[in-house]
Amino acid sequence: MSEPLITLEHVTRTFTVKGQTIKAVDDVNLTIPQGEMLCLVGESGCGKTTTGKMIAGLLPTSAGRILYHGKDIATIAGNDRKAYRLGVQMVHQDPYASLNPTQTIYDILAAPLQHHGFTRGEYETKRRICHLLEIVDLTPPDDFLEKYPHQLSGGQRQRVSVARALTVLPTFIVADEAVSMVDVSIRISLLNMFARLKDEMGVGVLLITHDLALAKYFAWEGRIGVMYLGRLVEIGPARQVVEHPQHPYTQVLLSAIPEADPDATRAKPRVALRSTDMPSLLRLPTGCTFHPRCPVFAGEVCENIVPPLEKANWGSEAACHLVHANES
Amino acid sequence: MHTFHDFITSFWRESLKTFKIMSRNKMGLFGFIMTLLIILISFIGPLLWPPETSANVAQINKGSSPEHWLGTDFQGQDNLRKIINGGRDIVTIALVTGVLSMLIAVVVGSFSAFIGGRVDSILMEFVNIWLTIPKFPLLAVLATVLALKDVVMLSVLMALLDWPALARQVRSQVLSLKSREYIEAATMLDLGTPRIVFRELLPNMMSFIAISTIFEMTHAIYQQTGLVFLGIVPYSSANWGVMISAAERRGVLFNPQAAWSILAPMAAIVLFQLALVSFARSLDEVFNPRLRTGV
Repeated sequence: MSEPLITLEHVTRTFTVKGQTIKAVDDVNLTIPQGEMLCLVGESGCGKTTTGKMIAGLLPTSAGRILYHGKDIATIAGNDRKAYRLGVQMVHQDPYASLNPTQTIYDILAAPLQHHGFTRGEYETKRRICHLLEIVDLTPPDDFLEKYPHQLSGGQRQRVSVARALTVLPTFIVADEAVSMVDVSIRISLLNMFARLKDEMGVGVLLITHDLALAKYFAWEGRIGVMYLGRLVEIGPARQVVEHPQHPYTQVLLSAIPEADPDATRAKPRVALRSTDMPSLLRLPTGCTFHPRCPVFAGEVCENIVPPLEKANWGSEAACHLVHANES
Repeated sequence: MHTFHDFITSFWRESLKTFKIMSRNKMGLFGFIMTLLIILISFIGPLLWPPETSANVAQINKGSSPEHWLGTDFQGQDNLRKIINGGRDIVTIALVTGVLSMLIAVVVGSFSAFIGGRVDSILMEFVNIWLTIPKFPLLAVLATVLALKDVVMLSVLMALLDWPALARQVRSQVLSLKSREYIEAATMLDLGTPRIVFRELLPNMMSFIAISTIFEMTHAIYQQTGLVFLGIVPYSSANWGVMISAAERRGVLFNPQAAWSILAPMAAIVLFQLALVSFARSLDEVFNPRLRTGV
């Protein structure tokens, strides 16, 4: 395995709302190697976007450290800071809010190129921009240069966002629900585009999504991490997480995905939750936060002790007292 | 030299483009040309038609005629000539008050929004209190106490009184814009603060700033007219407000023959306001690409 690109060490983030403290992200540990396709899934409010923003440097951590090439991003300085700042980019969820409405596509893409001296002169900048637009499948590029964002469709705008992130040759892109707001028909081609970025430019991608089916497709070669109420409850190779989910929460999530074939959906074993209510972030359950809803709830140990993320089967790690690795 | 030439050509190209966008809206184009015309006439007109120095008793309070298109006033002087000579004050007041108050508002408003926290609370509390004070009576009192001599001083005073309301609006604009995702993207691309402020933030506020400035201009004109009408601001110079005030004092309201003397300056003010407001409309299209049709 290559040197880790990004490492999260006991990362915690709290927010104070009306005097009450909310733990959005709680003690998350994660190592992301270069060029990995990683997918974070979870319900809304589980802290996946906050995690993404902290990795992208848009939010400071409340506790814990995030390392980029082994250096803490909170104290990074000089050339290392610049390498990190340009090395990690983010593609936002809303393609209608992420592009400046007063600038043409050319302006949007030319700004970072010229500011950081990636290109010199108008001719070279234009050539590079056309190349970038081709990478994100906006062809022919000449048709888009003088357009304003409002003249493009949601999918096209999202591609421009990706092209903008690529202007500074990043090593890692955080895609926060980047395909959730575009048409289903466009999603697959966007996901394939991300996969191609990895193959052609070695860019690692962290896709944040609430859609496990999407995660399955996206991270087929990579890993899936499942978050629940601010904690990482399971992480492992995508195939294993999907086919052999270890944590009961992952099992419940997977059993809730409808299949394309209605008969198959009906025949699918459903794992029932003990409660369908999501606990309030203001009053998190003690011990394992999933225990009030857990289908395999095992009494006191679950109520009192926070389960650590430990090695489970099939190369996955899970945070559950009832999941143990079979030594075989 | 090469870069200077480039600058000139690109400046021309941009101006032409802007004019093209502006000319798409007929009402806006009318406003733009009218505003330009009024400013030109106000500053160049007095050189060609200097004010009359003597009264003309034979021609007091006449209506419109081939010699006097807009009639004559209580001294028998030509109303049109007085209007040409009285525009400069009005234009000066509009420009100085509008631009100065908006400038203060942009600086204070964005400062407040960016710093946030306690500084923001204190500034906005001050603005809130300020907004509860009736501005026109205060202006009237201050103008009396300070015994203002010229229009620029009056404009500065009005700007100092009017900026807080604008600052509040600017602050809310900046607050809403600064958390937009494209600003976040610019931060991540490390484009630097000046670039983020001048290329990402300000262009999105420009239509708001331009339109608020123009409304502040119209507001300032009305305030000045009101002050002159009340006789608070000295008569020394001839302007449209003074004309209305003088006509009223000479009992125009009871003399149908003299109606021209009060209607002419009123019409001039209304026309200038109309020109400014229509101009604001086309500025909106210049600064907001989404409003441009048929691109």
